[in-house]
Amino acid sequence: MGVGIKISDLNAWYGTNHSLQEIQLDIPANHATALIGPSGCGKSTFLRCLNRMHETNPIARVTGKVLINEVDIYAESSPVEIRRRVGMVFQRPNPFPTMSIYDNVASGLKLNGFRSRRVLDEVVERSLRQSALWDEVKDDLKKKSGASLSGGQQQRLCIARALAVDPEVMLMDEPASALDPISTAKIEDLIFELKSQYTIVIVTHNMQQAARVAENTGFFLMGKLVEFDSTHKIFTNPRDKRTEDYITGRFG
Amino acid sequence: MRIRFHQSLDDLKEKLLVMAGMAEQAIQRAIEAYRTRDTSICDLVMHGELAINKLEREIDQMALDLLAMEQPMAIDLRFILAVIKINADLERVGDQAVNIAERVCDLNAFAAAEMPIDIPHMASVASAMVRKALQAFIEGDAELAESVLAMDDQVDKMNEAAYYSLSLLIKDQPALTAQALNALVISRNLERVADHATNIAEDVIFWVRGADVRHHQSQSQNAAS
Repeated sequence: MGVGIKISDLNAWYGTNHSLQEIQLDIPANHATALIGPSGCGKSTFLRCLNRMHETNPIARVTGKVLINEVDIYAESSPVEIRRRVGMVFQRPNPFPTMSIYDNVASGLKLNGFRSRRVLDEVVERSLRQSALWDEVKDDLKKKSGASLSGGQQQRLCIARALAVDPEVMLMDEPASALDPISTAKIEDLIFELKSQYTIVIVTHNMQQAARVAENTGFFLMGKLVEFDSTHKIFTNPRDKRTEDYITGRFG
Repeated sequence: MRIRFHQSLDDLKEKLLVMAGMAEQAIQRAIEAYRTRDTSICDLVMHGELAINKLEREIDQMALDLLAMEQPMAIDLRFILAVIKINADLERVGDQAVNIAERVCDLNAFAAAEMPIDIPHMASVASAMVRKALQAFIEGDAELAESVLAMDDQVDKMNEAAYYSLSLLIKDQPALTAQALNALVISRNLERVADHATNIAEDVIFWVRGADVRHHQSQSQNAAS
C-alpha cells in the first residue's frame, strides 16, 4: 500500500488559535481514509490544509509539510495547481447555479484551457458516469441547470465536476450530511467505487458511514491526531481511551 | 453523552445477573437433590427452567434492540456481544441442571449406593467457576476471568477419574450399573457446567480487552490477526 499523502509536522493557526498541532500522518494511496472527532477538533482544518485552502483565510497560517505523491504542495506547487490535483466536495452541494449540467462538469477543464468539443464531451460523460449520475441526466445535459437537480444529484454533480480535471486526491467534508438516506447510500457507494482510483479523505460525523466506506480512520481531538488505525480496529477496540470515550458517546 | 443508551446497558447487565442467579441456583438445587435424594427439589429445578428460558429470550431481545437502535461501538459493542453469548451459556447451565435433576429422579428409583466419586465436591468446583466468571463479569475484571480458565482442567480431570472409577464399579458390581451410569451422566453434566463457566470467562476477557482467547488462542495470534 503506497503513501498517497505524507503529512509531517503540520501545524495550523487561525489568528492565535493553534488549531492543528504537530500532525504526522501517512494517508494510503487509493484507499478511503475517514477523519472523525467532535466539532472544532481540527479535522476540517486538516482537510483544508491538504489543498491549501486553509491559507485563503487572511488570519490563517500553516507550517509543516504535505507531500502528495512525493510533491511538497506548500514548497513546490501553486495553490491553483494543487486545486487541480486535489478535488474537494463540501457539506452542501455547490453547483454553479446558472450553468447547465454540462457546463458545471466542464468548467474546470475550460478554466484550464480545454476547448475541444470532442474532448469536453468525452470528459463530461466519463465524469458523470463515474459519479453515477449519467443515466439520470444524459437527456438534459444542456437543458437543465445544476440547481434544478435534487440535493443528492447536485452532490454527485459536484463530485463529477471534481473528477473532470482528473485529480489524484478527493477531499470530502461531510459530503452526505445534508442528504436523505437514499442519496447518502448513493454517495457512499460512489466513494466505494472511486477509492480504487483516487486517494479519498472524508470528514464525517457519521461513524457508521466511516465504518462503511473507509479502510482507515483518524480520530482528532483539540487539534491533535489522537489515533490513526484501521477502521476495524478504531471501531471495535481502539488503543486510546479518548477515542473509545468519543465513539461510545461517553464524551463530555 | 449517550445517557439513555448507557442506562440501557446497565439494565441489560442487571437482567443478565438475574439470569445468572437463576442458573446458579438451578445447579445448587440439582446437587442438593442428589445429596438428599429429594425428588421434590428435582421438580423445582425442572419448573425453574421455564423461567430461565423466558429470561433468555428477553435478554436476547434487549440486546438485539440495542444493536439495531443504538449501533454500539468498541467496548459497548463487545459488551453486548459478550452478553448474548453469556446468556446462551447460562441457559445451557440451566439445561445441565435439569439433566442432573432427571438423573437424580432415576437414581431415586434404586436403592441408595455408595459411588466412588464425590459429586458434591465436583459440583462445588464447577459452581465456583461459574460464580467467579460472573464476578469477573460484574467487575469487568479480565484477570479474575483468566483464573477461571485455569480451573477448567481440574474439573476435566475429575470427570475423567469418574469415568474410570465408575467403569471399574460396573465391572466389579454389575448390579449397580444403573446407579453408576446415572452418576456418570451427572459428572459429565458438571463437566459441561465448567465448560460454560470457561466460555463466560473468555467472553469477559473479550469484552474487557478486545482479545479472543477462545481455543487457547494467544495474545500474539490476536495481535497478528
